[in-house]
Amino acid sequence: MDFSFTEEEERFRAEVRAFLDQEVTEEFHQELEERGETEFSREFTKKLAQKGWLAMAWPKEYGGGGATMMEQLIFSEEIGYHHAPTGGHRQGINLIGPCLIVHGTEEQKREYLPAITAGEVVWCQGFSEPNAGSDLASLQCRAVEDGDYYVIDGQKTWTTNAHRADWCHLLARTDPDAPRHRGISYFLIDMKSPGISVRPLINMLASHDFNEVFLDGVRVPKENILGEKNRGWYVSQTTLSFERSGIAIPAGAKRNLELLVEYAKETKRNGAPLAQDPIVRHKLAEMAVDIEVNRMIAYRVAWMQHQGLIPVYEASMSKLFGTELIKRLGDIGMQILGLFGPLERGSRWAPLRGRIARACQFSLGGTIAMGSSEIMKNIIATRGLELPREPRP
Amino acid sequence: MDLGFSEEQEMLRTTARDFLDNECPKSLVKEMAEDEKGYTTELWKEMAELGWMGLTIPEEYDGMGMTFLDLVILLEEMGRACLPGPFFSTVVLGGYTILEAGSEEQKKELLPKISAGDLILTLALTEPSGSYEPDAITVKATPKNGEYVISGTKLFVPDANVADYLICVARTKEGASPEDGITLFLVDAKGPGITTTLLKTIAGDKQCEVVFEDVKVPKGNILGELDKGWGVVEKVLAKATVALCAQMVGGAQAALEMSVNYAKERVQFGRPIGSFQAIQHYCANMLTDVDGSKFITYEAAWKISEGLPATMEVSMAKAWVSEAYRRVTLLGHQIHGGIGFCMDHDMPLYFKRSKAAEPTFGDADFHREMVAKQLGL
Amino acid sequence: MNLDFSEEQEMLRTTTRDFLTKECPKTLVRELEEDEKGYSPDLWKEMAELGWMGLVLPEEYDGMGMGFMDLIILLEEMGRNILPGPFFCTVILGSLPILEAGSEEQKKELLPKISAGELILTLALTEPSARYDATGVATRAVAQDDGFVINGTKLFVENAHIADYIICVTRTKEGASPEDGITLFLVDAKSPGIRCEVMPTMGADKLCEVVFADVKVPKKNMLGELDKGWPVVQRNMEQAAIAKCAEMIGGAQAALDMTLAYAKERVQYGRPIGSFQVIQHYCANMWISVETGKNILYQAAWKVGEGLPATKEVAVAKGYINEAYKFVSERGVQCHGAIGTTRDHDIGLYYRRAKAAELAFGDTDFQRELVAQQIGL
Ligand SMILES: Cc1cc2nc3c(=O)[nH]c(=O)nc-3n(C[C@H](O)[C@H](O)[C@H](O)COP(=O)(O)OP(=O)(O)OC[C@H]3O[C@@H](n4cnc5c(N)ncnc54)[C@H](O)[C@@H]3O)c2cc1C
Repeated sequence: MDFSFTEEEERFRAEVRAFLDQEVTEEFHQELEERGETEFSREFTKKLAQKGWLAMAWPKEYGGGGATMMEQLIFSEEIGYHHAPTGGHRQGINLIGPCLIVHGTEEQKREYLPAITAGEVVWCQGFSEPNAGSDLASLQCRAVEDGDYYVIDGQKTWTTNAHRADWCHLLARTDPDAPRHRGISYFLIDMKSPGISVRPLINMLASHDFNEVFLDGVRVPKENILGEKNRGWYVSQTTLSFERSGIAIPAGAKRNLELLVEYAKETKRNGAPLAQDPIVRHKLAEMAVDIEVNRMIAYRVAWMQHQGLIPVYEASMSKLFGTELIKRLGDIGMQILGLFGPLERGSRWAPLRGRIARACQFSLGGTIAMGSSEIMKNIIATRGLELPREPRP
Repeated sequence: MDLGFSEEQEMLRTTARDFLDNECPKSLVKEMAEDEKGYTTELWKEMAELGWMGLTIPEEYDGMGMTFLDLVILLEEMGRACLPGPFFSTVVLGGYTILEAGSEEQKKELLPKISAGDLILTLALTEPSGSYEPDAITVKATPKNGEYVISGTKLFVPDANVADYLICVARTKEGASPEDGITLFLVDAKGPGITTTLLKTIAGDKQCEVVFEDVKVPKGNILGELDKGWGVVEKVLAKATVALCAQMVGGAQAALEMSVNYAKERVQFGRPIGSFQAIQHYCANMLTDVDGSKFITYEAAWKISEGLPATMEVSMAKAWVSEAYRRVTLLGHQIHGGIGFCMDHDMPLYFKRSKAAEPTFGDADFHREMVAKQLGL
Repeated sequence: MNLDFSEEQEMLRTTTRDFLTKECPKTLVRELEEDEKGYSPDLWKEMAELGWMGLVLPEEYDGMGMGFMDLIILLEEMGRNILPGPFFCTVILGSLPILEAGSEEQKKELLPKISAGELILTLALTEPSARYDATGVATRAVAQDDGFVINGTKLFVENAHIADYIICVTRTKEGASPEDGITLFLVDAKSPGIRCEVMPTMGADKLCEVVFADVKVPKKNMLGELDKGWPVVQRNMEQAAIAKCAEMIGGAQAALDMTLAYAKERVQYGRPIGSFQVIQHYCANMWISVETGKNILYQAAWKVGEGLPATKEVAVAKGYINEAYKFVSERGVQCHGAIGTTRDHDIGLYYRRAKAAELAFGDTDFQRELVAQQIGL
């Protein structure tokens, strides 16, 4: 066993950190907030591409950096710690790119991958529908063949960044008569295609990140199907070598914890620094322990991948642990800020520029998106522990 | 980074598991809980033959010269088996104190005997205050006629009833700070003036009250430097805390496995209870607690093994594992229903051990406070 | 003992619910969140016509002379519906202290206007120190000519931006104890020297920063006795805490109802999600929290209404209901999935309210400390 990083890895971390310290400043965050794009910045994504970091763990032949999973882990940890915006590349780098590498035709790879690694094209994910949430395989969006095209009709929802994206990777039903999982195909769709309309959905923080996407007779060239027709479900389930550690969550939590520690040291309440209040000490220490456990659980996933092992339940555990953790941290953070907790940025009284109040509300989506906590636990129980599946009613 | 164990370590684990499965069945564990001594000499001898007592003792003292991390693996398996007896007291509390503080002469004299299984040791640290802080040390050792005379009461001393030597943490001076003026003495456990009373505990572990009444100890039995013993205690406590976490991790893993197996087997309403989502989610929570406990413990153990500063990691481990083990055993009981509540069932063994381990070497609150300090609060 | 509500009370509940459902739909609630004033004057008038503002005021002041428990019912329904606006601060924080401490002249002057819905009041207590005890009051009032001059900053003052009068809690003397030397003043909110700014909050609940710079107040506007104002505040804080609990329980009940309905109707994997055991257990736990909260609330409210000592009961209620409301609304969001995280969905409204209400008149830790004192710690 060895919990340390190599000297080279440490050097790399220092380099990334120095870069992020310089780029992801308070002013930068403020600027993004004013634009209403806290999680999204094309320019920043491009800068990462220029550094060669965006697709660092992709194979070199596809424009990647051929980095190890450990280096990727370090990079993601630093990105998370700095709360850097990833909306400009998350989908491309983590999801559709790797799917293309495995299932794409040579042409598709040539067409799409360079733009992803260059940080030039933003992708969104058109999976969820109003009636297909956790149970994604029940999706109803239809794609019907018509000459050289598929014609797609239906509705997608919760599509993060659809209003900013250039392309969408989308699941649609191509065979309504086949068993649910066997009649779905995977499409690559230009968001400028006629027939696509995007309607904003406003989240609890009153910001516009996700959307409804309506597809009305959208014509998609046949070559834009990824993988075989009717095999789209399996393409979407590809568990690839992209990083699935979930490290960014505990790393981001660590930063917020540090800010709260600073706040507790600087702030007097009831005549004494908050840091002397045993309840505050207890709460912050508890979070520090949870964050460290989370870090280990995330490291394990990356390490397994590094070894060429395929995490089964381990990635679900990291996702579950992290998203539940930031909920607790949001709540505890608010408690520590007391009456000042709910103040939002724009008030001179708002501690940490309202960042804890935002983190607290934001955390509610974490335990739902990308597989809810309940689904994660189902996976841990049935795949990790091989407990019998629930019988269908 | 390497989060896996080496082949040798995996082998150590397998041998330990096989051996303990055979030689330490739960029937023995239960018997030993009632037994006055709390261990059998046969098993003790066999363990010594396997080299376990000297696992981390350097080869020059007849040990196997392995690392603390190796010991952690062994302890995990012992926790899994609920191994009764004075292994922890002798090897972790006794052995490491001697290694840390003993003179060359003392080491030469004692360590080979420990390795051979010929010696049982323990550490007499806590007192009726139940605190692990240096200001809790009130048992006094006073110089008299070239010797020291020890008086006072130690409480929760593990295995003192069977020990050959007690390492007594005593106050020799009222120093400037509570840490200053503490000295370690190697005391013949059967010497005059010592009264040892076995405490009745839920886990049937052999914790004792040890009363020292004018116990005479020669100067040569001081371990380490006069008045400067607390630093040694801190180092040993750090190891002991992680070692205990390792035992707890093993216990938690066993409780998890037992519960998951039961959930697969037990049928109610025409289906295995493990197909009920509530039970599935309990099991998922348990696995998360167990996996988290493992890695937070290994991280601390690795740091100690490497001789790196580990104050933060040690406290994080104990804070987390104390509560995780309890959560795991409580859910385990819930899953087992009525049968788990029976005296004869194995589940209570783990629950009781989790409760016993929780306060030992500082409970979660104690260690969270340590973490808070490390955070700069 | 009678744990039922009277027929009249049930009727009050029904009328209130019907009225609010019709007159205060969630669209209006949301609109008012963005609105600068934060309330609808039309709705305010209608509420006054129903007699709500004077519900517990004696008939001699044009009130309805009903009991505190009746007010609790009304507040529960308001919380259920999330009624925005200055009802709470006018009635609970404004009229009750006047009723308690006001001179006959002040009562005659102000209470009928409150009953008629012609006056909006609020209480300015907390300051940048953010505490609810007397020590936190640093805003000074100094005698000058035939009045007083107030200087200081008040924070988190509900609806001060639309208030006609602010009851300002000031320090008029450095007394032997922090409680000694506190005086209440009825300050015309439009007085020169007052600067008021709405603070942006996640609950959009119109909390204000109010700065008093040489604000002159005539002597006759003193509420209660000079230097002896703290007991009035203290009693009012108890009333306010329990009144807030009523709103919160109403909100929790609504969040529960909404979640139950959704769990029955939302289908995934070919079945209502409410048929999944985890969702069932979440809902069961939510229901237990709400029911327990109600029992605790009614008992405490009854004591407060009867003027009996209720410090412990109120602290228990606020401490418990803080956590219950937060729990119920958070689980509510989780059960709703992504739709629950949208600004437009009602469940999120409740979640944000729960967070805000948790802090008002003492957060959970504050209440636990009170309970600790009450049980002799
Ligand atoms: C912030 C955010 C961003 C998102 N971005 C995207 C995006 O870019 N693209 C996209 O396609 N989707 C996106 N989603 C949608 C996300 O994938 C879905 O929210 C998720 O799959 C859950 O579906 P649902 O919201 O419909 O909840 P539902 O599936 O309706 O679930 C409701 C509740 O029932 C529970 N439940 C459901 N099934 C079970 C079961 N079998 N056992 C136990 N409990 C169960 C759930 O855990 C949940 O608590 C986003 C969601 C969020 C919150």
